[in-house]
Amino acid sequence: MSFPGLPRMTGWRPIATILILAGAVAATARFAFGLGATTNLSDAFPWGLWIGFDFLGIGLAASGFTIVAAVNLFHAKEYEPIVRPAILTAFIGYLLVVLVLIIDLGRPDHFWHPMVMWNPKSVMCEISWCLMLYTTVLSLEFAPIILEKFNIHAPIKWIHAISLPLMIFGVLLSTLHQSSFGSLYLIVPNRLHALWYTPLLPVLFFVSCIASGISMVILESLILSRGGRDYLPTPLRANLAKIIAVTLAVYTVVRLQDLLARGALRELTTLTYYSLAFYAELLIGFVIPFALLLVERIRTSRRGLYAASLMVVVGFAFNRMNTAITGLEQYPTQTYFPSLIEVFIMLGITAVGFSAFSFIVKHFPIFEGAAVAPGLHHTAVAAQANPGFLSPDGGDLEPS
Amino acid sequence: MSQKKAMLIDVTLCVGCNACQGACKEENQLPPSDEKYLSLTAFTALSKYNDLYIRRMCQHCDVPTCVSVCPVGALTKMEAGPVAYDGEKCIGCRYCLQACPFHVPKYEWSSTQPRIQKCKFCASRLAQGRPPACAEACPTGATKFGDRDGLLAEAAGRISAEPTKFVPRIYGRDDVGGTSMLYISPVPFEQLGFDARLGKTPLPMLTMSALSKVPNVLSVGGVMLGGIWWITNRRSEVQAFEATEKKNRPSRHEDNP
Ligand code: SF4
Ligand code: SF4
Repeated sequence: MSFPGLPRMTGWRPIATILILAGAVAATARFAFGLGATTNLSDAFPWGLWIGFDFLGIGLAASGFTIVAAVNLFHAKEYEPIVRPAILTAFIGYLLVVLVLIIDLGRPDHFWHPMVMWNPKSVMCEISWCLMLYTTVLSLEFAPIILEKFNIHAPIKWIHAISLPLMIFGVLLSTLHQSSFGSLYLIVPNRLHALWYTPLLPVLFFVSCIASGISMVILESLILSRGGRDYLPTPLRANLAKIIAVTLAVYTVVRLQDLLARGALRELTTLTYYSLAFYAELLIGFVIPFALLLVERIRTSRRGLYAASLMVVVGFAFNRMNTAITGLEQYPTQTYFPSLIEVFIMLGITAVGFSAFSFIVKHFPIFEGAAVAPGLHHTAVAAQANPGFLSPDGGDLEPS
Repeated sequence: MSQKKAMLIDVTLCVGCNACQGACKEENQLPPSDEKYLSLTAFTALSKYNDLYIRRMCQHCDVPTCVSVCPVGALTKMEAGPVAYDGEKCIGCRYCLQACPFHVPKYEWSSTQPRIQKCKFCASRLAQGRPPACAEACPTGATKFGDRDGLLAEAAGRISAEPTKFVPRIYGRDDVGGTSMLYISPVPFEQLGFDARLGKTPLPMLTMSALSKVPNVLSVGGVMLGGIWWITNRRSEVQAFEATEKKNRPSRHEDNP
């Protein structure tokens, strides 16, 4: 089966190769000549594209903790087949973000300092710790997939024994650092534009990452089930879409209410550099996909869902880039545009991520979810027969 | 000697001779030249607003934003007042550049082993009981070094002695929680390029309100997630049990349509 309307990935491999090579050259230049010669960063603009990429990567990898929590903590077992892809996405996402963070550091050779030199008052310190710990958690959650393949069972048992606390810890760490990326900017009320600066930044970052994380899962499932096999039944995907819609609605209401309360809504009455950026982000990422996802026909159509999820992800990217870049620009006197080397490093690393994902998917049992979840088939079929079924209440499935 | 030190800069006394910058550059072994903005080679700079000269440097805040944001504690506030920097610790995240409300720290962008540069408040001279190089060099007393409390009293005294000459404000007394650099001026500080809207609350407080919730998230969140797991787990166990029950006695259920 093939699904017209979804973009194909033909020619992906040569493109990825070129991007990775270009990225490697760019990274070499960055290390050889330093940040000043290779980036457009400056004293006035010390953080740029790479920080935006980190926000993005972490936000999109949020599927890792949301799906793990839904399936293993809330026992929405019917979503079991997407646990592995979600963990894999998150694992790769986090590794890439850590890599970019290290490239971004002025002293990459000092990257380990936060492990031994603490400053509990620093959000950056908290984030470094969360990233380190959560990446460890993810690698433990991911390890059994690799070990299984090579028939090494002892460590799997060991990991299994601590899996519950491990998962809880992972969800907590995610909650913390997803919101802390927003907290990074709490300290610059005098610099960040009023359309983005709010004491609610951490809350807004957290809420939006749930929508974008789940959208990523949907996109992945749509793209990857083109091969003919559909590993996530349509009703389940439609339910995920409902969760996204609710999250988007909550976000939009909180965001607008906060703008109103802070008197920043008037910034939106004129079309400026900033208000345009804001409208782009809110309409593309939140309002329009919300409206789309209210329609059942769209929730159950591949193409509709693809478009809506893609909008959420793009809008999310706008939001993070606006917070990290647009909101800090002093338009038109002081703006920032990334250098080619910054862009190439980012693209190269993204290409590494996609290649790693497709390699692992090809060689390890990522999408054989049904195999690890006996009884799953039964639930999935039940869910299919009952489209109104909402995951956390799996228990109410049985007709009484 | 734990008295907090400070410098009082009386804008009305500054004649723009730039002796402070010269002395600073000599003290810190920087290439001599008159710079108008802070840079890697100017830890203090003198710029002109109409016919007033104003020198700038690190404010050496009492609750420094830079110190609070630094993930590795490379920046520290010393008891005597200086905010010191340790390049051996610094990882180069540049959060301090992003966060300093006065745009003070400058980065060695062109180096492959970059560090932050900024005024050191001549910490080593202070430790020997000597004044900072700039204060010592100032010929008019426009920059005066001393105990912070004493200088605040003196500033208030100068303002009340000649209320027509000064605006009634000591910049740095309360701004962002107070700083070691205190300014008095004949014109409103906005006209001298100061950010006068920073408020009295130290900026690190804004972060603390979020960071202080971390232990709560961990403890309450942990218990809640554990509880949810337990409850939903029970539920699926019950379900599984009922399912097997049903299988054992199929007739009763399937007989009524
Ligand atoms: S002025 Fe800036 S660099 Fe100096 S102590 Fe205050 S926050 Fe730190
Ligand atoms: S750049 Fe260095 S001194 Fe500044 S916050 Fe980062 S680690 Fe600390």
